Parts: sequence; C-alpha cells; structure tokens
Amino acid sequence: MYRLITLLFAGLLAGIMISCGGNGGNEEESDVIKIGHFASLQGDIATFGQQTDKGIKLAVEEINANGGVLGKQIQLITEDTRSTTQDAGLAAEKLISNDGVTVLLGEVASSLSLVAAPIAEREQVPMLTPSSTNPEVTVDKNGNVRKYVFRVCFIDPFQGKVMAKFAKENLSTQRIAILKDNANDYSVGLAKNFRETFEAMGGEILAEQAFEAKQVDFKSQLTDIRDMNPDAIYVPGYYTEVSLIAEQARDLGITVPLLGGDGWDSPELTKGKFKEALEGCYFSNHYSVEDTTAKVKAFTEKYDQSYGELPGAMSALGYDAMYIVADAITRAGSTDSEAVTKALSETKDFPGITGNITIDEQHNAEKSAVVLMIKEGKFTYFATMEP
Amino acid sequence: MSRKHRSYLYLLIGFAAIIGLSFPFEAGLNSYDMRIVINVGISMILAASLNLINGFTGQFSLGHAGFMAIGAYTASALTTMVFGTTEGTTQELLFLVVLIAGGVSAAIAGLLIGIPSLRLKGDYLAIVTLGFGEIIRVVLQNIEPLGGSLGISGIPRYTTFIWTFGILAVLIFVTENLMRSTYGRGFLATRDDEIAAESVGVNTTKYKVTAFVVGAFFAGIAGGLYGHYNSLIRPLDFGFLKSVEIVVMVILGGMGSTWGVLLAAALLTYLPEALREVELFGIKFRDFRMTIYALSLILLMIFRPQGLLGDFNAEEFIRKIRGKPKKPATTET
Repeated sequence: MYRLITLLFAGLLAGIMISCGGNGGNEEESDVIKIGHFASLQGDIATFGQQTDKGIKLAVEEINANGGVLGKQIQLITEDTRSTTQDAGLAAEKLISNDGVTVLLGEVASSLSLVAAPIAEREQVPMLTPSSTNPEVTVDKNGNVRKYVFRVCFIDPFQGKVMAKFAKENLSTQRIAILKDNANDYSVGLAKNFRETFEAMGGEILAEQAFEAKQVDFKSQLTDIRDMNPDAIYVPGYYTEVSLIAEQARDLGITVPLLGGDGWDSPELTKGKFKEALEGCYFSNHYSVEDTTAKVKAFTEKYDQSYGELPGAMSALGYDAMYIVADAITRAGSTDSEAVTKALSETKDFPGITGNITIDEQHNAEKSAVVLMIKEGKFTYFATMEP
Repeated sequence: MSRKHRSYLYLLIGFAAIIGLSFPFEAGLNSYDMRIVINVGISMILAASLNLINGFTGQFSLGHAGFMAIGAYTASALTTMVFGTTEGTTQELLFLVVLIAGGVSAAIAGLLIGIPSLRLKGDYLAIVTLGFGEIIRVVLQNIEPLGGSLGISGIPRYTTFIWTFGILAVLIFVTENLMRSTYGRGFLATRDDEIAAESVGVNTTKYKVTAFVVGAFFAGIAGGLYGHYNSLIRPLDFGFLKSVEIVVMVILGGMGSTWGVLLAAALLTYLPEALREVELFGIKFRDFRMTIYALSLILLMIFRPQGLLGDFNAEEFIRKIRGKPKKPATTET
C-alpha cells in the first residue's frame, strides 16, 4: 500500500516536471502584447505586492476593453517573488526569457527591484517599477543612469524632505524624535533624509531610536522618547508596526502627533482599536483616495466595484505604471524594446492618478506628494507638497 | 589502483564532465533555465555542507544561513569595495580568492561558535545555532558600510556553471574522502552514540568542531557564489527561514546520504519554479505553488521518514546489479 502511494506520488512529481519542460517556445505570438509583473504575492510584503497587482490588472482590463494598444490586447503575466531576492531574480528572468515580455513591471521593495534591474539591463528589456523608492534602482552606485530602468514614484530623499518641510513649516514643530525600523532599508532611508532636511531647516532631532520589523513591544523606545518631550515623532515604518507603536505611545501618555510615510497606507492601519491611537497623525503619500477630481473618483469607484475595497497608494501606482507603459508603446508605435525605452524616457506630464508624471533624466518621476491627516480612522487630504 | 588514487581520478572525471556539460548548457538553456540550474547548484552545496554537520555528525544546527551570510558578505564586500570589477583571467583568479576568503571567514565563525557551544547537545545546540544565525543577520543589518538593511548591491556577476558545479565536485570529493578517514569514523561514532564513543577514547568535541568548520567553510563559499550571481545580498535573505530550508533538504534527502541530500536540494529548488507553469484540470498551480511544496514535504515525511535516499547505498546497489556477494562492512578501509 505504502509502496503504491509512493509510486503514485513519484509519478505525479515526474508528470509535473515533464509537463513544464515543454513551454517557452511561444514567443512569436503577435496578436497580444505581453507585460510581465514580478511581485511579492507571498511573504513579508505580500499586501503591497497584491495591491499593486490588483491596480495593474484593473488598468489592463480597461485598456483591453477600449481596444488595447496598437490594436493588440495586453496580456499580463504575474510572477511571485515570495519577497526574496532569489525568487525575484528567477521571476524577472522567467518573464524575460520564457515569456518574452515587452515591458517588465515590478517590485515594491527596492532591494528586489535591484536584483531585477541588472537583468533588465543585460537583456535590454525596459523595466518600470511602480513603487521602489530607493535612488539606486535607476541610478547605480557609480552614478550611471540605468538605461532600461524607470520608476513612476518619487524617491526616498524626496519623501523624507517633504515630511521634514511639512513638520517645520505646516506644523511649526521644533523638536522631533525619530523611531525607525532598522531591518527595513526604506525606513532607514526616510529617517536619514528627514533628519538632514529637518536639521538644515534649524529644527532639532532629539533622538533616533530603532526597532525591528515584526517586533511587538516598543515601550522601552517610547519611554525614552516620552522623557525627551518632543513636539512630534517621525515613524517611517510599515503599517503593521506603526499601529502598535501608536497604541503603545498613547498608553504611555504621549499625545503628540506621529508622522510617517507611504508605508502607512493600508486600511489595516486604523482598524478597530487602533483608530483612536492614530487620530490626528500625518503621513506623506502618493495620492489621496478623497481626491474629488473625476479621474481619481472613477478609479476609486471602479476599484471598489472590482475588489470590494478602497485602493491604496500601491494600487494607484500600479495602475499608473500600466497606463504609462501603454502610453509609451502607443507613442513608440511598436513593441521594439529600444523604441519603448526611448518613449518611456520621454514621458512628460502624463495625467496619472498619483499626479502628473514626468520622467526626468535620472529616470525618476517628478511629481508632488500629498500629506494626509488621519481623522476618525479615515485618511483625509491635508496638503500638497511640491518638489 | 588504491582507493585514494581512485578518488582523485573520480574528481578529475567530475571536473571533465562539468566542463564538458557546460558547453551544451550555456548554449542550449535560456538565461532563466540557467538561473535555475545555478540556484540548484548553490542549494546542493549548502545542503551537502550541512549534511556533514547534521547528517554525518548528528549535530542539529539551525544556523547554516548565518555561515552563508558571512561568506556572502566577505566575498561581495571584497569584490565591490577592494578589487572592483575586473575581466578575464584576473577576474577568475580574484573570484577564487574572494570565494576562499568568504569560506575561511565562515570557517573561523564556525570555529568560534563551535568551541563553546558544541558542549551542548540536541535541542540546546539547535537553539544556540539558531541564535547565532539571527545574531549574524542583525549585526549585518546594523553595519552601515555594508549597506545596512538594503545590503550590498551592484555585485558583478562572476558565478558560472563551471564555478558552481566545480566547487560542488570538490565538496563531494572532500566529503567522501573525509568519511572514509579517521575523521569520518569519528563523525559517525559521535552521531551514533556520543557516550559510548567518549568512553572508548574518541574525542567527540574535536570531531564536532571539525564538522562545523568544514561545513561552514563550504556554506561560506556557497554564499559567495550566491552574491556574485544575484547581484544583491541583504541580511533578510539569510534569516531563520533560509536555515530551515537547508535543514529540510538534508532531512528530506536522508540524513547522512550525500546523494540523497543532493537530490532533495535539486528537487526543492526546482519544484517551486516548475509549479509556476503547471495547469491541471484548468486550475493554475501558480497561486498555491508553495502549498503544494509544503504538501509534498508532508507526504514524503509520512511515506519515507528515512528520507529520499536515506537507506540507499550506492556501492551495495552496484554490487547487487552485478550479482556479486555482499562484502562484510568491516573490511572496508
């Protein structure tokens, strides 16, 4: 009996292996344009990866319903990276080599985009990242701009600066404490740029305390911060920890507002018991769900209809990225990678959900950021910060 | 020909086969397939090196990713910060140097952790090695010059098919020879009954430390290969989960069976990739490929608790095919 089951199981395995040997030879399908998306559908940052994928899917559906691009339908292929560098490399390489995609979209995490960027360069396939904010993704360490890599979001230094400016000018704070996530390059980058700008503007950073992703108790850091009596606390982390930090800060009697970045943007942030704790806090973001312009409204409604939830910033960026790709292919007039790359680099004043997007010389998107205030658990528009 | 000479011959044949295979592989596989092959090779080195510690010596180590991290960071930092990108023969030579440097630093770490902690046994050792792995990760995360949590990026791509499998061949050669020497007997004695071994004068601590040092050395080299293939390394990738992944390969392959462990490493690295494209009865496996991966582990452990090739002996198998009678095990030297 055992032997039989073992045999069956081995047979199944062998079947799987054989059945996947036979793909890869179908690159010359000219009736569709293939777009590849490599995303963290599982692992540490799965929420962001899934949100981005939903945004891109929505854009693809709309584009295809309107007749596609260059008269062809768009076929989206999404591959999972499990939030690891090993799988990011595999996913990007598969999309390029096996599927022969025209454009590679992806990754939220900058470290994972940094694995794919050299692959895109080597294979000469344009890559557009919706939300990797580390400057190194498009400009390598030696200061050379990567020819094939672009992004549609602003970069870490900008976001850090925006929040510092906002804290100093709009909130007129003078003394700020920073609480950053040391395990997260995004958080460290934001904290660094916030500090530099805030100090240059004459403000005072009282302390830079650190925690680690997945930590659940922040009382020792918060107690230290409380004793310094700051005007506000900058917490550039992901929403998972920020909710807990806010709750514990209020428990310790800290009443000053917390400030943050786009990592806060999730409906989970203010769910249930955390609603009270985050009241009156501010964070910088790519767009506001409350924006009443027709374009944004149509997007949020359609997204709500399709998925039954409000779109986060990642969804909006994914949606914009897909439309920019479609726009570039249309302007290029072909799916030739050189032509598409050139068209992408010439993107100018593209009216996206997250603002008017212009790709600059360093392949970054020039656009404004918004600051949102949390009011009764909702993210309400507070100010627009120009670059 | 004596056994010793024959093993050198095998190594040479192995090298020749790898160089011979590299041509059709480089020409016939696209870069995605090649990436899978290289990842399989690196997993094999990691699993086979952990097999020395967990399989042959019976020490439950959960910190193998830590050794890999040390090797990866040493090698990558040397390349990116000291030597810079080079080409041709200098590149190959420098690559060898940085790989060995990575291996040596990992081996030193293995020695440092080995001496105090190998007095512990079983679960206690597992906890200490687990702690060690995490310490490495957290320390790397906090060293600014090494890139902090973003890690080292822009590492040139030096790792090739020949490098990966050449090193694997050396590892197999070292393991096979080690296991036939006094050391190998010491490893097995330590694993099978530590108290009995001690009582007949076997210095078990020495064998345990040796196993740790050799295992760590090759894990460090595997880390160097990984860094120079993936172009970016970050502390997060050398966490607890990576260690567990390697332990699973060893257990699945059969503790102490080099070939079984290699087979399991190949399977477990290839399976998640293979499942990306599979479609059965109209259901795409892509969305729950990790579930299938986990399910196959559970099934294998239920039906083959000794591992894939846990009780498989290559020499006996060949002898059986040839129809020769079994030699008594004690005459083997």
